[in-house]
Amino acid sequence: MSLSKIFDISGSAVSAQSQRLNVVASNLANVDSVADADGKTYRARQVVFQAQSVGQPNQAADNGTAGVKVAGIVEDQSPLRTVFNPQHPMANEQGYVEMPNVNVVEEMVNMIAASRSYQNNVEVMNTAKSLLLKTLQLGS
Amino acid sequence: MIGKLDAELQLHSDALRLRGQRQEMIASNLANADTPNYKAVDFKFADALRQAVGGQGPSSPSTLARTAVGHMNSDGSRSGSAPTQVLYRTPTQASVDGNTVDVDVERAQFADNAVRYEASLRFLNGKLKTLLSAIQSQ
Repeated sequence: MSLSKIFDISGSAVSAQSQRLNVVASNLANVDSVADADGKTYRARQVVFQAQSVGQPNQAADNGTAGVKVAGIVEDQSPLRTVFNPQHPMANEQGYVEMPNVNVVEEMVNMIAASRSYQNNVEVMNTAKSLLLKTLQLGS
Repeated sequence: MIGKLDAELQLHSDALRLRGQRQEMIASNLANADTPNYKAVDFKFADALRQAVGGQGPSSPSTLARTAVGHMNSDGSRSGSAPTQVLYRTPTQASVDGNTVDVDVERAQFADNAVRYEASLRFLNGKLKTLLSAIQSQ
């Protein structure tokens, strides 16, 4: 049944995009977190997507279709933002505080892109669903 | 008689199956719209249908008989019901991360394919209705 595989494909994409949205939310929430659980400054995180075959893993003939999975979450290694604030408890000898390297504009763009992709895949699933329902009514 | 019934419905059922496969392929393109290095795929529907109906593609004049499920086709492919070779789309606006999915193109193709799927469905439905009214003797 080929159309029902669309739910696996688009479902994997929807969950990957929602994880991306989650990471964006975490980045935006921690835009001013000078210390995380380890006492280090929070660094912006990004998801890495990877194509992944759906269905039985031993099936060689995949016919070129693939779902998505989140291969990993990487931390942004660009330099941290420094703010001069000698009164701050986390300030160094020069009086600078290291702030997270979250770029709010980038994160907003990322959020919109993720939400659009999410909507796209939901639309795909809706279309596949209505086609499947019509196929089920065949001959009646 | 059953053979004739089958032949009557063969074309549209093959078309429906291939449309379903193409729909699935475009769905996977849309799913991977943000995956780095993913290449958009598609297949030529006309060639695939010709191969499915005629039993042979334009480039393979003769095929070997397969007597077991594990046998390969004479062109080297595995499954008998697989569509013709999967082709990669030519990117018009390639992105830096190596992804060649153009979401607008894919959405258009998806909608188009959905309509054509439904058309095949209606043809099939019409054929079934005709056959049904023929055997009901009203």
